[in-house]
Amino acid sequence: MNDTPMIRTRGLSKAFGPLKVLRELDLDIPAGQVVSIIGPSGSGKSTLLRLLMTLERPDAGTTEIAGEPFLAAGAGCVPVPESEVRRIRLKIGMVFQHFNLFPHMTALRNVMEAPLHVAKLSPAEARQRAEETLVSVGLGDKLDAWPAQLSGGQKQRVAIARALAMRPQIMLFDEITSALDPELVGGILDLLRGLANAGETTMLIVTHQMRFARQSSDRILFFDQGVVLEDTDPETMFTNPSHARTRAFLDAVLGAD
Amino acid sequence: MDLIPALLRGLGITVLLAAAGIVLATILAVLAGSAKLSRAWFLQGPAIAYIEVFRGTSALIQLFWFYFVLPLFGIEMHAVVAGILVLGLNAGAYGAEVVRGAVQAVPRGQWDAATALGFSRGAALRRIVLPQATLSMIPAMGNIYIELLKNTALVSLITISELTFTAQTLRADTLRTTEIFLIVLVMYFIVAQGIASGMRALERRLSLGRDVVVRT
Amino acid sequence: MNGRGLWDWGFALEILHERLIPALGVTVLATVGGMAIALVLGLVVTLMRRSRNRIVSRTAGFLIEFVRSTPLLIQIYFVFYALPQILPFLGDGRLSPMMTGVVALGIHYSSYTSEVYRAGIENISRGQWESATALGFSASDTWLRIILPQAIPPIIPALGNYLVAMFKDTPMLSTITVLELLYTAKDIGSESFRYNEAFTLVGVLFLALSLLSAAAIRFTERKLAVAR
Repeated sequence: MNDTPMIRTRGLSKAFGPLKVLRELDLDIPAGQVVSIIGPSGSGKSTLLRLLMTLERPDAGTTEIAGEPFLAAGAGCVPVPESEVRRIRLKIGMVFQHFNLFPHMTALRNVMEAPLHVAKLSPAEARQRAEETLVSVGLGDKLDAWPAQLSGGQKQRVAIARALAMRPQIMLFDEITSALDPELVGGILDLLRGLANAGETTMLIVTHQMRFARQSSDRILFFDQGVVLEDTDPETMFTNPSHARTRAFLDAVLGAD
Repeated sequence: MDLIPALLRGLGITVLLAAAGIVLATILAVLAGSAKLSRAWFLQGPAIAYIEVFRGTSALIQLFWFYFVLPLFGIEMHAVVAGILVLGLNAGAYGAEVVRGAVQAVPRGQWDAATALGFSRGAALRRIVLPQATLSMIPAMGNIYIELLKNTALVSLITISELTFTAQTLRADTLRTTEIFLIVLVMYFIVAQGIASGMRALERRLSLGRDVVVRT
Repeated sequence: MNGRGLWDWGFALEILHERLIPALGVTVLATVGGMAIALVLGLVVTLMRRSRNRIVSRTAGFLIEFVRSTPLLIQIYFVFYALPQILPFLGDGRLSPMMTGVVALGIHYSSYTSEVYRAGIENISRGQWESATALGFSASDTWLRIILPQAIPPIIPALGNYLVAMFKDTPMLSTITVLELLYTAKDIGSESFRYNEAFTLVGVLFLALSLLSAAAIRFTERKLAVAR
């Protein structure tokens, strides 16, 4: 494996009206790294993920994926052709807080849809891949269930399977347990742990689950008001953070448990 | 009664006109509704123009325009063609707004998920969003189809021998006015009810497996 | 009167001034009259629909459905040709074309306005009814002082839309010789053999007025929304 980071951003900025949500973010993430992203609401965590997934467009800055130009905006930047963006985007997958399952399709079809129509697999191949992925997240018996019939935890598993079925190199998780009943959270975190341990996927996990972040990530980023205030390994982050704001945030969040 | 066979023939023409009109209207509604949502001006502009013009003028005016004025510009067409075109264009304009509203009502998260999986905007619309929007469109489209059925009566005024034309002819011949019009009203009513139940059945079928309240 | 070419501006302006604007007045008159009937009749029918008496409410429901599902054109013919046969007390035959038109439009559109009223009334929470009862209001006072004043303002835009729709339906009255816009356009056409100007101007008049009214209704909607 070479030294080119899987994700590299330089000067990434995004504002919604007068609100600056991301300020000139510079970030390098090596391939296979598991990164947890923590911080107060509105600090820009989700926005970073949404920009990487091209759900929003940056106001300024550049992004490279595995060394290839992916996003470019602002003065002096060479824009990247849409076809290139679409091609590179296939390396990235995302799981959402509110699942966003397709309600008019069964679990199996939800997972098959993109392999079939985007990756252009044959129906038989798409079906097989979908089945395998659903089995791997523990839903082998729910292939023909409709989203409305599934619990929150099951819905999120389908969502994870759906993203994984496209075999992305980068997985983005946007607070995927925040909308779940507490007793279902553990199951999802176990899934995430399994994925992290397999070591093949670069993972960015926006989360409030501090124990998980500490135990299962390689690196933690603390976001505050649009900048990365602290960027270090889990142990240091939780035992000896450098900034007072980091300390204050952790005290507030951990104290509430 | 001896009036019935003649009226039934007229009814047959009415149903055919309505069916053709409904097909055309649905196609136009989906195309124009989607185009209006597009970010490309050359798709959005014509869509808006089409919708505003055909909603802003009445079907009868449009009918006369197609049948009497277009020939002056060299575009001649058979009355039936003009009739079906106007029925479809008129209902399609109203339908386009229904389609647009329904697509906009699909939660943003569905578009996000589709983008995250690599679907292009067009593919996301076709495969993920439109199928979901379709369910919520059905009641309003049903009303539009019934309006179209009612508008078929107008084509009698450009001499197409559908039900209303037949009724007027029989009235002039037999002077059994009340009977004729009552029968005709009942016939239209029955066809309209047919359309309404068809739409309800479609709604039930499309909401299979969905967590949706379906009106009975 | 035979102008040159496909479009003669002089002719167009002349018919606009002398024939079409007066005809527009007739159109507006028919619309206003029809809407007046539709507003009143629609409310009556909605109240019938809400009646505790099964027969009354079922009949009202059926009538609404029936009138809504059948063509306005046939209803116009019915009032014009058939009603005089059924109700001989109308005297020497028929209602005047304008009266027929107003009555037919009113009846047809009352089936729509009744639905609008129904939605508006159902939107009033139960608590309002219950407070009125608790305070001792009579039924009619409850309606007049509590319910209708709350129900009517939000539905004004919807009623406005039906007013515009009725306006666009007035050309059907040309079939019973009401001298509205379409009738006048056809008249001009058969007199002068020039159809283009007449029909195009009529189309433009409808389009312009309906776009204006749509904007006015949206404006009203926004003002009402702010006021709540």
